Amino acid sequence: MPLEIQVEKELADFALDVSFTAANEPLSILGPSGAGKTMLLRCVAGLEQPDRGRIALDGRVLYDSERGICLPARQRRVGMLFQNYALFPHRTVAENVAFGLRPLPAADAAARVWTFIERTHLAGLEQRYPRELSGGEQQRVALARALAIDPEALLLDEPLSALDTHLRSQMETQLLLTFAAYRRPALLVTHNIEEAYRLSSHMLVLSRGRIAATGAKEEILRHPPTVEVARLTGCKNFSRAKAVSENAVEAIDWGCRLQLARSISEPPAYVGIRAHAIEFVEPSAADISGENIFPCWLMRSSETPFRITLYLRLHQPADGSDEFHLQAELFKEKWARFRKRPYPLHVRLSPDALMLLQE
Amino acid sequence: MDWSPLWISLATSLTATAITLIAGLAAAAWRERRTGPMMALVDGIFLLPLVLPPTVVGFLLLLLLGRNGPVGKLLLRFGATVVFSWPATVIAAAVVAFPLMYLTARAALEQVDPHYLQAARTLGASEWHVFREVALPLAWPGVLAGTILSFARALGEFGATLLLAGNIPGKTETIPIAIYFAVEANDLQRAAIWCAVDIGLSLALLAGLYHWTHVQGAGRVQWSRR
Repeated sequence: MPLEIQVEKELADFALDVSFTAANEPLSILGPSGAGKTMLLRCVAGLEQPDRGRIALDGRVLYDSERGICLPARQRRVGMLFQNYALFPHRTVAENVAFGLRPLPAADAAARVWTFIERTHLAGLEQRYPRELSGGEQQRVALARALAIDPEALLLDEPLSALDTHLRSQMETQLLLTFAAYRRPALLVTHNIEEAYRLSSHMLVLSRGRIAATGAKEEILRHPPTVEVARLTGCKNFSRAKAVSENAVEAIDWGCRLQLARSISEPPAYVGIRAHAIEFVEPSAADISGENIFPCWLMRSSETPFRITLYLRLHQPADGSDEFHLQAELFKEKWARFRKRPYPLHVRLSPDALMLLQE
Repeated sequence: MDWSPLWISLATSLTATAITLIAGLAAAAWRERRTGPMMALVDGIFLLPLVLPPTVVGFLLLLLLGRNGPVGKLLLRFGATVVFSWPATVIAAAVVAFPLMYLTARAALEQVDPHYLQAARTLGASEWHVFREVALPLAWPGVLAGTILSFARALGEFGATLLLAGNIPGKTETIPIAIYFAVEANDLQRAAIWCAVDIGLSLALLAGLYHWTHVQGAGRVQWSRR
């Protein structure tokens, strides 16, 4: 298999301990800052040495603690894109891209530099120095420089975090095109679920040095195994939960009993629902007596240009405190239909949208 | 007037600075990758010539390189003596200038963002290539400042030179030594001329250093198209 990684390394306040295989496609490594994501990349690149483990790329052993193998970074043929790009400030764009091509004859190297300069849309900028480039251009140079050595795997450390919003979507497109042409393992470290979701079909969630979830992105988003993974993938609503029957739980923090779509296989510690999955229902008698429908009161709201986030309290109006039970998110047009209705409003926590979560 | 002390001083300082530059850079690059309790001792030894009186340095060099010293004996086998010869002025000047070069080179190398070096390594560069193509060019402004300081220090060297190389006119008589013996011989005019030459040289060097560090932009080269 392409990139096999098994790494143990003691860090300042936890241990990095992961084992996984990356196929010939991008894999997002999602996790909060300080989860060990960057350290993991650095171990693969050969910039840090694990305490124990084994790293192999297409059968080629890069690191094996048992056999005492630890290839230096220069022999690993692994391209790394640093968070701050680390472009050599004293070299022009063309010289930066050419840096790793020293072993090639000059003419071949020049041709290759030109290929990657064109591929990353840097033509016309090749004689500039890094400080004369915008953030997006610098990132493209870093990408061209890493790809020019024909690396057998690509490591990207928060590639979009230093860019502003509008450049970010341009670079996302650039990265998607790059990945489509690359067809080798690419590990992409990010703390942004949307970035991870758009750039790869598989994800690995890292939390305090351990793999909290791994698999197809849709599967992780639909059935996050733990509260932490749910939170990292953007879920906002959680309640402690207790199984009360084969297919119902008591949501302790929300003070209600919830019907589930399937029977419980493992007693959950929490139940969660994503903010956009909360539905508002018409107050006709038939609807509000249905399952998982509860009366609620609006505590406050916050708006973005097209969406609104509603902070809701279940079962009874506000009693002076500001506490809310649920955060619902919906398009403003949709909200316009409900906002003038008399209280209480009614929300439905659809059995299909409920996620049972472990500690 | 015999101008030989000027040429001897310049030749000595230039040679000593070249040796110091290479040795100081090598020592700084070697030291930068190491940690441990022994390194404090290594630093101490490297910096000792900066704090010791030059006469002590000269005396130690004399013990080492003299006819009965370990290195002196070895050289004698090949029919060579260092003491009281022109190479002795170079050795004395290089040893006292070394700490300045070592200190500034280390500070300059430490200032280089390690990400640049790591990026170079992932691009397949050997450690020598990383040093020559990335670390050294980025540390160059600091290294150059250290070189100028070392040259100035070598030019002013007196005590160690006198002990190790003596005062042989036309051979080991540098400007500072010429001044000392001119004053001793009550030839104040000669002393004054050499003082003026020395002040002129040093001022030019310091002005050059100031120009480099301040006018060129606070000690950093701005890489961009002119």
